[in-house]
Amino acid sequence: MELILSAGIGALAASGIYLLLRPRTYQVVIGLSLLSYAVNLFIFSMGRLRVNAPPVLEPGGVGDLLRYTDPVPQALVLTAIVIGFAMTALFLVVLLVSRGFTGTDHVDGREPPRGD
Amino acid sequence: MTDWLHHLLILPVLLPLAVAAVLIPIDERDRTLKGAIGFASTLIVFIVTMILMRLAAAGEGSPPGAGVYQLGNWPAPFGIVLVLDRLSALMLCLASGLALAAQVYSMARWHTAGHHFHSLFQLLVAGLNGAFLTGDLFNLFVFFEMMLAASYGLLLHGSGPLRVKAGLHYVAINLAASSLFLIGVSLIYGATGTLNMAHLAAKLATLAPESRRLVETGAAVLGVAFLVKAGMWPLSFWLPTAYAAATPPVAAVFAILTKVGIYVILRLHMLVFGTAAGASAGFGQDWLLTGGMLTISFGTIGVLASQAMGRLAAYSVLVSSGTLLAAIGLGRPEMLAGALLYLVSSTLTIAAFFLLIELVERGRDAGADVLAVTMEAYGDFDEDEEEEEVGVAIPGTIAILGLCFCLCAVLLSGLPPLSGFIAKFALLRGLFDLPAANQASAISTADWTYVALLILSGLAAMIAMNRVGIRTFWASIEGTIPRVVVIEITPVAVLLGACVFLSLQAGPAMRYMQATADDLLAPLVHSERVLSAPRAGGQ
Repeated sequence: MELILSAGIGALAASGIYLLLRPRTYQVVIGLSLLSYAVNLFIFSMGRLRVNAPPVLEPGGVGDLLRYTDPVPQALVLTAIVIGFAMTALFLVVLLVSRGFTGTDHVDGREPPRGD
Repeated sequence: MTDWLHHLLILPVLLPLAVAAVLIPIDERDRTLKGAIGFASTLIVFIVTMILMRLAAAGEGSPPGAGVYQLGNWPAPFGIVLVLDRLSALMLCLASGLALAAQVYSMARWHTAGHHFHSLFQLLVAGLNGAFLTGDLFNLFVFFEMMLAASYGLLLHGSGPLRVKAGLHYVAINLAASSLFLIGVSLIYGATGTLNMAHLAAKLATLAPESRRLVETGAAVLGVAFLVKAGMWPLSFWLPTAYAAATPPVAAVFAILTKVGIYVILRLHMLVFGTAAGASAGFGQDWLLTGGMLTISFGTIGVLASQAMGRLAAYSVLVSSGTLLAAIGLGRPEMLAGALLYLVSSTLTIAAFFLLIELVERGRDAGADVLAVTMEAYGDFDEDEEEEEVGVAIPGTIAILGLCFCLCAVLLSGLPPLSGFIAKFALLRGLFDLPAANQASAISTADWTYVALLILSGLAAMIAMNRVGIRTFWASIEGTIPRVVVIEITPVAVLLGACVFLSLQAGPAMRYMQATADDLLAPLVHSERVLSAPRAGGQ
């Protein structure tokens, strides 16, 4: 499981960074989204990977704490997801405004000269 | 501390947040009303931060738990705490003072340039104050994002292709930096099991070596996120364009945004990797030093090469950041107080300069600067134009603007007698102030390089400001005289006046900075204070 998760985070982060460095604004948005997925999974994994372990206390007493998984990273992930989502939405708006002003979806607002 | 005073600590965050929400439904046509409510809020926050600064300065005699505000009344490592100490009080005061000046300035005309200016502004103030107050790493992320979200809106305020382009880059780079922030925070949590900064500081010395490596990695990743914000050299290419494109009141508050990065680096560096960190003490110092010096060099070249005043100011931001980062990187405890004074002085100056630029440039052609520099380069002066008049009457507005400009130039370049000089002098004095035992041998090449860069950057600022000043105030009397409203020039005068006040009261100011530096050098006292704070209302 550790291998699959780390490979997944790596693949997401690598594609995210690749797309982030591309010249089209839409690619940048997707790149940022992928990067934030990778980061969210990474935060999640920092609470250690556990299967079948609840993050909230079960009814009827605390019992053995070893049966639970760490709830803090899950709370952090939730916050990070919400903030990341909002920021991506905001970025999309800026992207559209830029497209409206310049008529191109290049990140610098103008097409590079042809034939490069 | 009475109950009432204790709750004052949360007000700089809560009040602007509430006011921002209240302002949204008010119709955009009632700008005066919106402005008045926003102004009242910022003014109250400013007064509160002044009170908080007095409380923090009172320091030692206060009861345990003073200055530690437990949100939800959970004690420190479990709940989130807001911590007030001398450093955070200083930053709060600086931020809200700048915000007040920028807001008054904006009410002359800039708040009409787009929608919801005052709401965004209040959100920015809330985020800034929260970032300075919080004692929890993840909470810092939340306040940081709040501040950034508001700053995206404010940078785009006024719209136009140039701002949108700069905004697009600004948003993209900050989103990427936020990802790094999260990676850093979660690595630190994964290795230590805590997010509370004070707890982290207390825990680090006892960590196993392999966990320590992880914490250091996390701190390095986290550091990159803040260095992007602070504008350290290879991470700072976005900054001049964005700052020069922002509307003047926004650019003025943005001057403190880079200092948030510096603040967090200083805070974490001193608290977590300070004297109590054991093997990790001084982690990353070399990077800060090298990066800081490169930033000064880059900023200095930028200052000299700038044709427009906006870019000159933006590069001055970089010089200021670099000076502070390198000062932290040198790791001399004696330099800290000087660095803090420099932080305050340079932030006030640059903010005033950003506000002033637009007033000065109002009566001029947009392309005039570029043209003038090009003409200088090719030596194409129109010399055959005979001046018949013996003297030219200088209009009053120009005289006042020119005086403010001169003050800015003196402060930026660090000439005596103003606070820019005092701060740089304090920095250099701290550098040479060695214990008697190891004279001369202990001043290394890095130290000398820093001294040279600090002085050269001042010289470059002087040259650039002279050039711009002569071109603006002496050469173009025939141009239209800018129309300046009183509420536009007052904030500039007040910010510069604050620098003059800082120069006159340099003694008390330095004592406060020295006390702040002493606090920073005793990280375990700080952690003890945060962790042992009792819950409100008894146990």
